[in-house]
Amino acid sequence: MRNVFLFIRRYSNFIFFLVLQIVALSFLFRYNKFHEAAFMNVAGEITGKMDEKYNGVEYYFQLKRTNQQLVSENEKLHQLLKENYEIADSSRRFMMDTLRIDSLRKIQKYYYLAAKVVGNTVSSQANFLTIHRGSAQGVKPNMGVVSPQGIVGTVVNVSSNYSSVMSLLHRQYKVVVKLKNGGERGTVEWDGSNPLYVTLKDIPKSAKVSRGDTVVTSQTSSLFPGNIMVGTINDIMDDKSSNFFTLRVKTATNFFNVEFVYVIENSQYDEQKKLEDSTRKKFQ
Amino acid sequence: MSELLKNIVRFALFIFIQVFILFKIPPLHRFITPYLYYLFILWLPFNTSRSGLMAIAFIFGLSLDYFTHTPGLHAAACTLVAYIRPFVINLLISQEGADKSYASPSITSMGWAPYGTYVLVLTLFHHTYLVFLEWMNFGSFLFFLGKVAATSAVSLLLIFLTELLFYRKEKFRTNAA
Repeated sequence: MRNVFLFIRRYSNFIFFLVLQIVALSFLFRYNKFHEAAFMNVAGEITGKMDEKYNGVEYYFQLKRTNQQLVSENEKLHQLLKENYEIADSSRRFMMDTLRIDSLRKIQKYYYLAAKVVGNTVSSQANFLTIHRGSAQGVKPNMGVVSPQGIVGTVVNVSSNYSSVMSLLHRQYKVVVKLKNGGERGTVEWDGSNPLYVTLKDIPKSAKVSRGDTVVTSQTSSLFPGNIMVGTINDIMDDKSSNFFTLRVKTATNFFNVEFVYVIENSQYDEQKKLEDSTRKKFQ
Repeated sequence: MSELLKNIVRFALFIFIQVFILFKIPPLHRFITPYLYYLFILWLPFNTSRSGLMAIAFIFGLSLDYFTHTPGLHAAACTLVAYIRPFVINLLISQEGADKSYASPSITSMGWAPYGTYVLVLTLFHHTYLVFLEWMNFGSFLFFLGKVAATSAVSLLLIFLTELLFYRKEKFRTNAA
């Protein structure tokens, strides 16, 4: 027994070092898997406040660009107003039917919640954004996030007033997308080299692909509604040994100056997830 | 200013400079991430106990981690630096006894060559471990080698500039004082 105590005393520094390493590594690997860590909510609230202060300065320098983005988005939305679609004078007037079949059931599936970006990185291999809207304002993990120009990422962690968004520029991020022309689905991920480009995989060689084609979200991802801009094809890397294309996609969102985003709430996400999980369980 | 107060101010300053200046620089290349924050650990006084060093380094690394959303990554690397620091110091200044006559490691207290070696060795340890942890999650071996080399070079340059810009005057302590 005495020797045990002597051993501990002699190597106390080394043991303390090992303990700290184990704590740090367990934090890290737990976070990589589940995106939660001890004190993350409290810390998120504090770092969020500091990010917001910093953004107050940085925001000023980007006002012009942000304004342009919002104006062009408004223009796009104005084009969609139903008042624009009116045929001159005829019996077949175009009207949008807003009557619900069952007035008790919600028919709007996606809700948009505007949020300001207060923290953002592009230089690391694991990039996150911090947005100024948290669980108190209706944000939950696993909500899609889009900017006026295109998709941004997915909410992974929320505190009461701030949320962390895993950016499209994160090595672990994956999202199902499709080609706007043919509708072939593939997966977008980031290879970590250039924050302007992401990689699109699993598009079959049978698809017609050319440079400049648009890539949009697929409704099968269940985080995003369909047909939201992801980017445009910049380069086609033809791999002879594979039946699939590997495409370099220029992201629609400019991650260097994104200031406002929309968090997308899928009101039927839980229902769909539950059904899919139970189906998977049934046939295992 | 007392040594404790000075280090508390440094703690906050190094984290803010790292998070709000160095991490905000548009990426030059994927191998290059400018790191300077761990200089805080290199500058801690000689008379800090070894377990104290590690505890401070752990808290320091973890507070940076909460800004970058990678809890544990920088904390692990900082703890390693703090653990190795006393060994390196003992190797480099055992003859001159600078740890008795000066407060903390610097060019004045250790001399150019030993201080340079001290910074170089700990920088390499820090970056190798940090990039190794990153490499475990993703990336190729080329990524590992390239990033350790490029990031170390940039860090050494930054530390060199910091030492030139913020020259730390070290008082020589005699037995009388």
